[in-house]
Amino acid sequence: MPVKVRIPTPLRKLTHDEEVVETTAESVSEAIADLETCYPGFKERLVDEAGEIRRFVNIYVNDEDIRFLDNASTALKDGDEISIIPAIAGG
Amino acid sequence: MAEQQGHMKALRCRECGREYPLEARHVCEFDFGPLEVVYDYEAVKDKLTRKTIEGRRQNMWRYAELLPVAGEPTVGQEVGFTPLIKADRLAERLGVRELWIKNDAVNYPTLSFKDRVVSVALSRAREMGFDVVACASTGNLANSVAANAASAGLKAFVFIPNDLEKGKVVNSLIYDASVIGIKGHYDEVNRLCAEIAGKYNWAFVNVNMRPYYAEGSKSQGFEIVEQLGWKIPRHTVVPMASGSLLTKIHKSYQEAVKIGLVEQVEYSVHGAQAAGCAPISTAFKEGQDFFKPVKPDTIAKSLAIGTPADGFYALKVFQETGGASDDVTDDEIREGIRLLAETEGIFSETAGGVTVGVAKKLIASGAIPADDSAVLCITGNGLKTLDAVENHAGQALEIGPSLREFEALLQSDKELGTAKQK
Repeated sequence: MPVKVRIPTPLRKLTHDEEVVETTAESVSEAIADLETCYPGFKERLVDEAGEIRRFVNIYVNDEDIRFLDNASTALKDGDEISIIPAIAGG
Repeated sequence: MAEQQGHMKALRCRECGREYPLEARHVCEFDFGPLEVVYDYEAVKDKLTRKTIEGRRQNMWRYAELLPVAGEPTVGQEVGFTPLIKADRLAERLGVRELWIKNDAVNYPTLSFKDRVVSVALSRAREMGFDVVACASTGNLANSVAANAASAGLKAFVFIPNDLEKGKVVNSLIYDASVIGIKGHYDEVNRLCAEIAGKYNWAFVNVNMRPYYAEGSKSQGFEIVEQLGWKIPRHTVVPMASGSLLTKIHKSYQEAVKIGLVEQVEYSVHGAQAAGCAPISTAFKEGQDFFKPVKPDTIAKSLAIGTPADGFYALKVFQETGGASDDVTDDEIREGIRLLAETEGIFSETAGGVTVGVAKKLIASGAIPADDSAVLCITGNGLKTLDAVENHAGQALEIGPSLREFEALLQSDKELGTAKQK
């Protein structure tokens, strides 16, 4: 069972309106690289010129913010789910 | 819609500057940066003079040209223009020359500053043809969306963490909104709402309507400068959850200068957080220009946002204005609530305790010098967060209905005895 990636609305043009896509990558950064191969342009939306994840992009693995895990090096295993969510104003 | 855009020109990404039409859209497709409304300031400058404003009714819409609604507002016409109180007794206790309280604890209709942002978001949502509105909320926003949607005849869904204060939950339910308690903290509610917003075509006030919604906060800043006699205060202390209110108060001061309402003067905007959820003030104290998300644990639930969307821009405001940021513990928050109540007769919610507590620290540290003047932004009402203070406010003294018992009480109780002698 591969890893599922939930695609947020602003990125769905790239995935031809697919809400969920799959990858067999073993870390978050590999997943981003893999999706770039399938959907050219994907990476530059999430990662800045310095190679860091953009400051307004929040990435979650199984509902946990990767900044509480291992950032872009966070390991993935079969059945994991990645969500990519833009930051939201408060509450 | 093309002609129907008031003084708005476009939505623009704060990060890369790409422009978008004035739709229900909140992030840049390119880099996820937040979108912000761009105005035609030249046109606004001619129309929005001190004289025009002073001739209008006393509510937030007296600054309508700088609020992102194309036509006349249809929701929340009576919101805003809350009192700005000169707080001499509090100033004396905190050891500063002059203090003012901007009291949004009595904002209409739901007793928090959120009525400002919601009236803008719902007025704009109606213009765009939405009939369902929604929000992710720590409580105050939920109350305001529920109430204002009810009066406008809109259907409302509000999403809140399931551990909120009872007062804030009942305050949403009573308006017949659909209230959905999420088993998780606000950041998790937020994430779910981002996903729901992507799927359902609703006006989510702080998701797809955010560029309009957030601008409503500027009205608090415009009111402060007008109520001070068209002057920007030297210091302003603002509580921070996502950091949005703070950045918008700063923006309102800049716009007031830009259209010639006030003179450009030196001013500092300071940010207040709870120690149990202080990603922005921690970054400030460590000298970072980015924050690390945290998992909130504080009685200031209205400020419990661990991943503050505007945290980065709040840090920039401190840098630009020489502002500072600090945080206070739960005990200091309760002490702040009591201090404001005892000295000024204002009962604020926990966020107000945070603001007062941090102001005290900033005055003590000299970040706000003792011979200066400051405005404290009080954003919500204490009656909504009774849970936080109910075991810390003392007990009522009980006696039978007899004068003898009362006098016996006076004899035995020192404090009451002193009151009698006065």
